[in-house]
Amino acid sequence: MRINEETGMSLIVKTVSRWLKGFVFLFGMYLTFYGHLTPGGGFSGGVVIACTFVLLTLAFGKERALGKLGKTLSSVLDCSGALLFLLIALAGIFISGVFFENFIEKNYPGKVFHLFSAGIIPLCNIAIAIKVGASLFMVFIILAVRRVIEVDGKRKLISTEFFDMPERKVK
Amino acid sequence: MVESTIAVMTIFMIIAAIIALETTDLLSAVISVGAIGVAVSICFLLVGAPDIAITQMVVEVLSLIILIRATIRHDLTTINGDREFFGLTVTLAFLFLFFLFGLRAFWSLPGFGNPVISQFPEAPANRYISSGLSETGATNIVTAVILDYRGYDTLGEATVLFTAIWGALAIMRVFSRKKRGNKNEDK
Repeated sequence: MRINEETGMSLIVKTVSRWLKGFVFLFGMYLTFYGHLTPGGGFSGGVVIACTFVLLTLAFGKERALGKLGKTLSSVLDCSGALLFLLIALAGIFISGVFFENFIEKNYPGKVFHLFSAGIIPLCNIAIAIKVGASLFMVFIILAVRRVIEVDGKRKLISTEFFDMPERKVK
Repeated sequence: MVESTIAVMTIFMIIAAIIALETTDLLSAVISVGAIGVAVSICFLLVGAPDIAITQMVVEVLSLIILIRATIRHDLTTINGDREFFGLTVTLAFLFLFFLFGLRAFWSLPGFGNPVISQFPEAPANRYISSGLSETGATNIVTAVILDYRGYDTLGEATVLFTAIWGALAIMRVFSRKKRGNKNEDK
């Protein structure tokens, strides 16, 4: 077996993770999209989505997870989720005159217990899920995937993934 | 039934917290902290708060993974050494004092299943419960409160998370961009 295939955990863990990762991701999306109808919401859905990529990192190694959700993409998703949330809040000022006004529900009231109801609440849930998922995955990568490198003769534990570190003296 | 289960869970949490404090192995301490989180999640589920229970459980799992990977993997730390007598005495005295205050506070709480807002009809929470569905259209009342009535609070919370994470990312970066540019020029 080549060295690249040996990253991550054993074959059993890899097989189970390959089957389960889609369902975990689907559960996160369910929690997000149905947050205004059933228990759940943007924050918990975003954490479950982040857990999917954490599962990928633990089972298959960091190259596979970072290939799917790289550092640039997760930074962009983090910022765009926060900005989207703020823009939805600001749109209330320009459309209805009140900050965080539920202008969609006021103008086009939806049916109760339908997916497209409750106005801006599902949009806010999606924005929060994008933001929380990307940022918690960044936190996991920067705290958990670390390398020992030598700086000025001392061995230091640093996170090398997120910022383009020089690859010198890596042990 | 619910109250007795919560009492059992509370005793379990106290035992797990003592284990987490007193054990010398860092991995056992982290696992005990995770057990506390699971017990808190079960308590939330029992008192009828599934939103908080889901959030507590998934955040607990993620933080447990991060704690294990970040603290255990590279530096296995064992903590040893005796406690000082004076410090232990002061700690126990203050714990007893806080226990007395906590007991007084618990006695003044309303009974189980009889919340404070039922005694004050003009409280805003009563309006959230009675007209939340017709005003926001969301059947999940928790989401209706945190994203419609109290959306400003949620925006502040999201801002706190955003700022904390980007501050942490900036601190964890060891080499600044300017320094790295200078090194490239040297080469």
